[in-house]
Amino acid sequence: MGAVVRTLPIRLEGVAFEHGATRLLGPLDLTFEGSQRTAVMGPNGAGKSLLLRLCHGLIAPTAGRVRCGVAGAPTDPRVRRRQAMVFQRPVMLRRSVKANVLYALNRRGIKGRDARSRADEALSMVGLQGLGSRPARVLSGGEQQRLALARAWVLQPEVMFLDEPTSALDPQAAQAVESTIQRFHERGTRIVLTTHSPGQARRLADEIVFMADGGVVERAEAEAFLTRPQSRQGQQFLAGEHTVSPAVHPRREDSHHE
Amino acid sequence: MLDAFASALALIATVDAELAGIVGLSLRVSLSAVFFAGLLALPVGAAVALFHFPGRSAVIVLLNALMGLPPVVAGLMIYLLLSRVGPLGPLGLLFTPTAMVIVQSLLIFPIVAALTRQIISDLWEEYREQLTSLGAGRLRAIPTLLWDGRYSLVTALLAGFGRAVAEVGAVLIVGGNIAGVTRVMTTAIALETNKGNLTLALALGVILMTLTIIINGLAYGLGQFARRRIG
Repeated sequence: MGAVVRTLPIRLEGVAFEHGATRLLGPLDLTFEGSQRTAVMGPNGAGKSLLLRLCHGLIAPTAGRVRCGVAGAPTDPRVRRRQAMVFQRPVMLRRSVKANVLYALNRRGIKGRDARSRADEALSMVGLQGLGSRPARVLSGGEQQRLALARAWVLQPEVMFLDEPTSALDPQAAQAVESTIQRFHERGTRIVLTTHSPGQARRLADEIVFMADGGVVERAEAEAFLTRPQSRQGQQFLAGEHTVSPAVHPRREDSHHE
Repeated sequence: MLDAFASALALIATVDAELAGIVGLSLRVSLSAVFFAGLLALPVGAAVALFHFPGRSAVIVLLNALMGLPPVVAGLMIYLLLSRVGPLGPLGLLFTPTAMVIVQSLLIFPIVAALTRQIISDLWEEYREQLTSLGAGRLRAIPTLLWDGRYSLVTALLAGFGRAVAEVGAVLIVGGNIAGVTRVMTTAIALETNKGNLTLALALGVILMTLTIIINGLAYGLGQFARRRIG
């Protein structure tokens, strides 16, 4: 195992992402630092998920760069081992609940008794203790999402990205997931999540990054944005008038900066 | 005809030595072929699924096309390789069970490799972001994907075994159908039918059909088991 590299702050400098001739995101400048919780909000197609994937190094920007910590790129294995991501639809490996968590630990070189002990702790943390031997893919949607959270948290990431973690869940399951996320934050994990729900943003976030049309339109304290959004798009979004962003648009030079 | 069928069943029931020898050799040859073909085809199929390289599309088309490789053509190719004047002639493998394993491996390889490519490709599509997030790149993902696709991959191997054990043309060319040495079920059925010995031919036919049904049953059962076990 190499030396511990800090992944924060994460700086996006002139970052853009294009697919063919279509610009889907940016160019934008954005920084995530400190320990506060950030909710990235915006209509469908605003670029929220793209933003998280760029920060986590799952995709590379077509322009600009993402820097993590002092000098690392998000694709640097030393940086990536300090990050974790939970997806909207949790991907369950075709093995038991505990084996899913152990797999993540094994990838980090943690094996044997230490790994088993950490896996048990993570499963207890998300309320899945006692389900360790059950096949992961037969769990309910809410349980699968909590397992995905455990699998991410067990790696003790400095920052965790959550892409609409409750959008496919019923209210009860969503509440359990939110409680889990809150516990992660209390234990020192920097949370960056995307959500459509103002209620969830109020419960889980200290600040809001509001996106529309592939750019950042507004960034503010959560309560301030949710009660008095400054941008027209923000007002329309919170009023429920703006649910789809015209994300597919020709390449453009103008941008929505903070 | 009914008499022949009854005699065939009696041969099976009494575990006739000649019959048992033929069935035993068939299974040894075909299982060996599945083993060796699988050893190569699983990683090759996975690599083709995960890595992009010049000519990849051509390789995929070729693998798919070779799933239908005519056995007699495969037999001819291996015959030319192993014949006394061929490049591998000095090894003296022609008309031996080893030659039959080689030719059956050649027939099975594209089936297992092409099915593996498809299985691993679908799985990678599902797992790519998650495995990347967990720090497993394409190379390190191969064992993970092979393990998580294990039930589907065993079905692919069973398909290969079914192809091998039922094949006649290739093993006839490179094996020569020598009694007690290279005579397997399919070549024996062809020979005994020509000779008019329907009893042995029918007995072997019944066993071959039973094997085919068992293989398909195993493939189906494995699929059901996998659904229950891993969701």
